[in-house]
Amino acid sequence: MTATHDEGLRSAVDRSAFLSRFRPRGAVWLAAPAVLVLLVVLAYPLGIVVWRSFTDPAVGVDNYVWFFQSAVNRTVLQRTFVVAAWVTLVSLICAYPYAYAMTIVGKNVRLALILCVLVPFWLSGVVRTLAWVILLQDSGVINSILRGLGLSPVKLIRTLPGVVIGMTQVLLPFMILPIYSVMKGIDTRLLQAARSLGAKPWKAFLQIYVPLSLPGVYAGAIIVFILSLGFYITPALLGGPRSILLSSLVQNQVLSLLNWGRGGAMGVVLLVATFVLLALAAPLMRQKHTSSRREA
Amino acid sequence: MPSFSRILLGLFCLLVAILLLAPTLVVIPMSFNGNKSLAFPPVGFSWQWYENFFSNPDWTTSFSNSLIVALIVAVVATVIGTLAAFGVSRAAARTGGLLRALLITPMVVPGVVLAIGIYAVYLDTHLVGTVTGFVLAHTMLAIPFVLIAVQASLEVFDRRLETAASSLGAGRLTVFRTVTLPLILPGVLSGALFAFITSFDEIIVALFITSPYLKTLPVQIYTSITRDADPTVAAVGTLLFIATSLIIIAGLLLGMRRGRT
Repeated sequence: MTATHDEGLRSAVDRSAFLSRFRPRGAVWLAAPAVLVLLVVLAYPLGIVVWRSFTDPAVGVDNYVWFFQSAVNRTVLQRTFVVAAWVTLVSLICAYPYAYAMTIVGKNVRLALILCVLVPFWLSGVVRTLAWVILLQDSGVINSILRGLGLSPVKLIRTLPGVVIGMTQVLLPFMILPIYSVMKGIDTRLLQAARSLGAKPWKAFLQIYVPLSLPGVYAGAIIVFILSLGFYITPALLGGPRSILLSSLVQNQVLSLLNWGRGGAMGVVLLVATFVLLALAAPLMRQKHTSSRREA
Repeated sequence: MPSFSRILLGLFCLLVAILLLAPTLVVIPMSFNGNKSLAFPPVGFSWQWYENFFSNPDWTTSFSNSLIVALIVAVVATVIGTLAAFGVSRAAARTGGLLRALLITPMVVPGVVLAIGIYAVYLDTHLVGTVTGFVLAHTMLAIPFVLIAVQASLEVFDRRLETAASSLGAGRLTVFRTVTLPLILPGVLSGALFAFITSFDEIIVALFITSPYLKTLPVQIYTSITRDADPTVAAVGTLLFIATSLIIIAGLLLGMRRGRT
């Protein structure tokens, strides 16, 4: 009785082991519908953009020559990168201490700090940009406060600093969360150890804690930078003619001028920049990640 | 850490928190504005912008359009994304990693580039301004979020439970229905919520593939902002904010109850 039961169990286990050995090859097919959707609504459309950039109106690289020869385009391209760099820098400056604070406070304060990061997501993206129009406009909240303090108002709406402020607020959570998730795992006893060996608190922090937190910083920075490059709505609503970014130029070429070739070429430049950055950053993040795990 | 730098850190965090919350803090009072203006602070008090949202067909139709599209996307993207999550986490490590990288690309492709591509395809296939067109595009954008959410719960899922169930004679479908699905349900549900929100809030692709006959709520909000200073937008923002808060709080409470029992 026991013997047959055992045998039955063993054969069932064997069978499931057999099945699971076969699953790897079969399991990939479960992703087929998702891959199909991506092929139809992602790969094919992007393919068309690339295709048109080389063929519309004539076959060749004319659209790219035009793009890089035009001073206006070069200025906008440069500005797009400068704005992305500013947004990344300002986000980092705001996020690093904030994420650090999240790791050292008590449970309730931490909950409040996390809520402050998540609540902005509950407001619709377009509405959030509207809020920044209200805040930054000439008669807006910030200028009212400045006037109240007896200071002279500053022009924020339709300027680059205004765009950077609005974009930073939208993207800040993407910087805070990765940094926090790495900092959470840092063993603070390492700091105590450094201090017990005579290091000053700031030195211990800079030489031990900061390097260990870098994987989170890299991850956050690359996400924020890449998302900034492609930002469209916030710069379009907060910016003015002198703060146009690449996305708006693409939109203008395609929708207003019906110039698919030139718009496509701009899009391809944006796309290539994004993927080159990702490819450059990927090993950086991965390497740092494993090394920090080993050290910790 | 010396107390002085602690105070400094506290003040700094307060400023960052204000920066994060500023838009919310501005939009809510603005929605009760007595005047048709977006100047801050609002003057007087009225419910008229809420009334306008519920009575003006521009707003009600775009709201129901968004709701329909987002509900379909939530179902379709959740099914497709959950299947993909199984594929990714059960395939050989290398294939799985590649597949995952491929499936989350929609998150990093610049919105406008994607939008002009989809617009080009939809112009050829007559999908501009159709529910099918919106659902397809939004499903693609939502798949990464479902994939990430479900994969997270699959990672902590003990596969020996499946082996145990099948050793007791359960077929694969029965195992999935009675063992796997109930255990990964929180991940699947949060994936569905993310998919819904992704679609409901999507604006860039929507701006290109919209038509006068089919506008979604974000498109309506955007055109309203660019056209005039209408506080109805603030009322819509407040309503959506409250709705999202309620859903998330309900989800958290539910999760806590499940965790306790």
